[in-house]
Amino acid sequence: MFIKQISVFLENRQGTLRELTHLLGASGIDLMALSLADTQNFGIVRIIVADNQVDPALRVLRASGFTARVNNVICAEVEDRPLGLNALLETIDAIGVSVEYLYSFLRATGERALIILRLSEQDESVKKLAEKGVKLVSQQEIDNL
Amino acid sequence: MSETKREHKIWNPTMECMSRDERAHLQSERLVKTVRHEYDNVPMYRARMDAKGVKPEDIRSIEDLKYLPFMEKTDLRDEFPFGLLAVPKRDIVRIQGSSGTTGHPIVSGYTRGDLDVWSEVMARTLTAAGCGPDDIVQVSYGLGLFTGGFGAYQGADRIGAMVVPMSSGNTQRQIMMMKELGVTMICCTPSYVTYLGETIREMGIDPKKDLKLKAGCFGAEPWTEEMRYHIEELLGIDACDIYGLTEICGPGVSFACLEKDGMHINEDHVIAEIINPATGEQLPYGQSGELVFTTITKEGMPMLRYRTHDICTLNPAPCACGRTTVRMTRITGRTDDMLIIRGVNVFPSQIESVLVGVEGVAPHYMLIVDRVNSSDTLEVQVEMTDEMFSDTVSHIEQVRKRITDQIKSVVGISTNVKLVAPKSIPRSEGKAKRVIDHRKL
Repeated sequence: MFIKQISVFLENRQGTLRELTHLLGASGIDLMALSLADTQNFGIVRIIVADNQVDPALRVLRASGFTARVNNVICAEVEDRPLGLNALLETIDAIGVSVEYLYSFLRATGERALIILRLSEQDESVKKLAEKGVKLVSQQEIDNL
Repeated sequence: MSETKREHKIWNPTMECMSRDERAHLQSERLVKTVRHEYDNVPMYRARMDAKGVKPEDIRSIEDLKYLPFMEKTDLRDEFPFGLLAVPKRDIVRIQGSSGTTGHPIVSGYTRGDLDVWSEVMARTLTAAGCGPDDIVQVSYGLGLFTGGFGAYQGADRIGAMVVPMSSGNTQRQIMMMKELGVTMICCTPSYVTYLGETIREMGIDPKKDLKLKAGCFGAEPWTEEMRYHIEELLGIDACDIYGLTEICGPGVSFACLEKDGMHINEDHVIAEIINPATGEQLPYGQSGELVFTTITKEGMPMLRYRTHDICTLNPAPCACGRTTVRMTRITGRTDDMLIIRGVNVFPSQIESVLVGVEGVAPHYMLIVDRVNSSDTLEVQVEMTDEMFSDTVSHIEQVRKRITDQIKSVVGISTNVKLVAPKSIPRSEGKAKRVIDHRKL
């Protein structure tokens, strides 16, 4: 079970992130989660939007000259308390895969927090996480948030 | 440094100070022999002369030079590696080389006699900067295929000076040896000696008290009079300019004496011309144009009317040092888009050939050249494409590293590859602008 994520390339230049948020905002795209990876040379913005906004978002981004792509990521629920995330990471360790990146959802759901993950060997990992009792969130559930 | 009249040392007064008439006669004699030798032994050049309807017997003196066809750097690539040899391969005792225009290297072959000439002109060069048998010469040019290191080594060896063949890099060790051995002269690029000088100061070493350095021969990259003053001030030395190119023999084609008023061309070994780069027509002394060289003593790989694409002017007036050889000014520009980065010749076309070879990379690029802390930097801007892009930093860094490594292996220098937004590099019709050079030269 995966959810869709849009990644966008950002040149290392002042104002590029604002250009992106302005563009998406003006097109009525609602950002549900966002993370920014930056290096000395460039940045990658990763965003989650509702399923029916993925294609429109890609269209406006590409039309404005951004390089963007969609890929699958895992969305897992953790308890919103100290060591909540740690419990998830222990499970990931236990199944022997590594985290390429993770970030948390902007919208809280009360006692639960949502963590977005990109793991090595994602297909295998998803099955194993489910077997270990990790609550994974579907795209549909995200859309209803 | 001082403004008082100085003593000039001359390695070979017979050749360096002969009258211009005598020299013209010698040049004519040697040119006639060279043309015959080239015509008989190098099929490519024979075909080129035949195509122009020029026979070896048409060339009777230097006045006839203008009838000969030109040679270009591309000829060295097309005939790579041995097509331009005018002697059997077994007579070649040395290969030196540099990167060509498209990433394919060029090489030049030297006979024993060619090495002898090269050592001779480098002995003249170092002598003109004040070198004698009592001097200790640190060679901080790279010793390898690049001609800088071996040229300086051979010249100092010929003089009988003590040679310290440091090669390039490892600045701390360079400075340690310079200080401990009491080095008196140094040969390297002007930017490297500036870096050395600044590091020496930072280390709390006073060049005038703690070092015995008195002069240096600096070349292989463009520099200015301002840089000369800076270097001389920084280290308390005489900074002399040196010029050369692998295709002709390497460094020592011409050199500055302590008058520092242009570079004396070793005219008993090469003939220099200035041409209009657009028409190929010869220009008189004093006019600015493209420098063209004809070797007249080279055996292994003679070059006839080789176009350097360097722009300068020639001055035939006798020099206060006593030499009568024609002097060339500093190189004021290029007729092509060649860049010299940290002493290495770089053509934008080389970078382009690398980029088109890396999967998923767009052929649009921009080169940003700068000089930071006395060292040249080259940033290669490449547009991000869908194929290169990924949601993970490590994947993109891998692509970046692949491009950087490829450029390093083809061009021979480290660059900073910067990924920029798609379509952000300006497209232009016709000749695209590929280079922004921020260096103040």
